[in-house]
Amino acid sequence: MAGIELAGVSTVYPNGVRAVDALDLTVADGEFFALLGPSGCGKTTLLRTIAGLEQASSGSVSIGGADVTRLEPGVRKVAMVFQDYALFPHMTVSENIAYPLRVRRAPKPERAETAARTAAGLGLAGLLERRPAQLSGGQQQRVALARAMAMSAEVLLLDEPLSNLDARLRLEARTFLKRLQRDLGLTTVFVTHDQAEALAMADRIAVMSEGRIRQLGSPRDVFQRPADTFVANFIGSTPMNLLPAQVRNGRVEVAGAHLDPGGPHPDAPVTVGIRPEYLHEAPEGITGTVSIVENLGVTSLVTLECPQDVTVGLTVPEHEEPPVGSVLTVAPRPGRLLLYDSDTGQLT
Amino acid sequence: MVDAPPARRTGRARDTAGIGVARAVTFVSPALVLIGLFLVFPALWTIYIGITDYTLTGTASVAPKIVGLGNFVEALDDALFGNALWLTLVFVLGSAVIGQNFLGFALAWLLRGARPALRRVVESLVLMSWILPSVVVAYLWIALLDRDGGTLGALIGSPGTAWLVEYPMASLVVFNTWRGTAFSMLLYSSALAAVPPSQLETARSVGASGWQTVRDVVFPHIRGHVLTNTLLISLWTANDFGPFLLTAGGPNHASETLPVFIYQQAVPSGRLGYAAAVSVLLLLVNLVVSAVYLLLLRKRS
Ligand SMILES: Nc1ncnc2c1ncn2[C@@H]1O[C@H](COP(=O)(O)OP(=O)(O)OP(=O)(O)O)[C@@H](O)[C@H]1O
Ligand SMILES: [Mg+2]
Repeated sequence: MAGIELAGVSTVYPNGVRAVDALDLTVADGEFFALLGPSGCGKTTLLRTIAGLEQASSGSVSIGGADVTRLEPGVRKVAMVFQDYALFPHMTVSENIAYPLRVRRAPKPERAETAARTAAGLGLAGLLERRPAQLSGGQQQRVALARAMAMSAEVLLLDEPLSNLDARLRLEARTFLKRLQRDLGLTTVFVTHDQAEALAMADRIAVMSEGRIRQLGSPRDVFQRPADTFVANFIGSTPMNLLPAQVRNGRVEVAGAHLDPGGPHPDAPVTVGIRPEYLHEAPEGITGTVSIVENLGVTSLVTLECPQDVTVGLTVPEHEEPPVGSVLTVAPRPGRLLLYDSDTGQLT
Repeated sequence: MVDAPPARRTGRARDTAGIGVARAVTFVSPALVLIGLFLVFPALWTIYIGITDYTLTGTASVAPKIVGLGNFVEALDDALFGNALWLTLVFVLGSAVIGQNFLGFALAWLLRGARPALRRVVESLVLMSWILPSVVVAYLWIALLDRDGGTLGALIGSPGTAWLVEYPMASLVVFNTWRGTAFSMLLYSSALAAVPPSQLETARSVGASGWQTVRDVVFPHIRGHVLTNTLLISLWTANDFGPFLLTAGGPNHASETLPVFIYQQAVPSGRLGYAAAVSVLLLLVNLVVSAVYLLLLRKRS
């Protein structure tokens, strides 16, 4: 089995775009690793660099301890699933799955046998003779996975494999993929720009921006303690509150309120970060007028207009929504208030 | 039984464009007249001449007689006709089906990943050989292949080889491959652009060789293009009069393809009736070839 190691990898396109910028990354053997970030931040490029479809301009890529920087994709023991699945339309499901074996000139019976076994494992048993055009999106995705698995590669690379599925199917596929990965113990790198997907599935997450990794950690770390305001903004199904504030005499002055920073902090201008999920009604805290209530299902997102032109969002359980226009005082749960340097945006 | 919706009587007078049938006919009539005048009439006229003993000079030029299928029977018996048919086949297979097709595809495939500057240079060069007038091109090739002072002779250090005399068919095949590759290259370039890159990359990442990629991924996507291209260049090549400009069919009929044979019969020999009959036979060959291609195209799609 094989882990992945990137050391100082940069990938520059011929037009001069530096899509991956001096990036260091280690993915452990058998780990389910998610690359997360906004559009254009270099996720696909990084994945393609690992696969060998793009050549690293500098730095080195190792898989399973062996340097593969200059190797062709076909010999890296890496299987890639593309966003559009890239199934061959003129081949049946069975031929598609067994294509890696055909390339290796494996005999026909072996190919059919491997296709049947892999397909059965992915719930495709009845579909072997169909063409990709006769399959649903979810089935196509599983055929693409089956083909990747038939390569018996040690590393699986997935580029937004779920983004073509509808919301319902995506949840099913998520669970399915996670279980499959665990059963096979494949080292998996998974690209997504859906943070919920990354949080739900990954062992570890790297949040990227402009070709660099902004934060690397477990989903819990990244969700609870975003390393900077960029990550804070990006992670979370509701946007994090990032409020201008000032630390004075050990207290945080924000929107006319004085909050406990949860530890000693020098006096300085800061940005306060609080997740809407971690705010609740309290006798003391930030006071504001309810201006908007949005229904999110089990919870509702309430927007408060606070002093100093600050708006604060918080979530409340269903049936406990305050009426629009009422006045509310809210405070963060202990330990859930984050302070960022107002110049660098780094967590302090 | 569910009642069928009341069938609307559209029939012949169906007016899809919505401009009125009379006006539609008026619009297309100039085109129809031109096609009739310059395409249909000469074709019918050729068939008519083909069954007469019409000649350029002599009594038969004034009062040609109907000889029925005599010309056709004679052609099928004529060793020179058989020779011309065979040479046409060699010419089409060698320079179009194999030469232009493969070279055009190879250029398109190799230029796909090339730098834009290189790509433009090669494409312009290839296109140049296609758009130059035949007379100019033929003159250039005669200069290239000439026995004394020919450029090729000077280049490979073999002066004294009269390429067009000693290897007339080979010269024609090379010439026509060079001359017509641009069309195949352009057609395949645009066909290749329609092959999804992720499928090519999938092949690459499972370790497929270049040949395996072409066979398993590229070809199934462009099969229709291959057939269409092969049909077009085959027909053009079969009817091409270019060989006449280089070798005039010689030496001793060694490069006399059907169009050259027809010309030789019609003008120098003056046997218009016989030449027309052979033209009709060439037309039939074209029709058969087209029918086979269309059948193939229909079968696979
Ligand atoms: N073939 C290419 N040539 C030149 N620049 C490219 C090429 N592919 C991508 N880029 C640029 O590289 C940067 C990173 O692109 P990449 O596709 O890796 O982003 P991404 O994170 O996968 O985005 P998305 O979420 O939209 O898929 C972008 O600025 C993009 O414009
Ligand atoms: Mg991408």
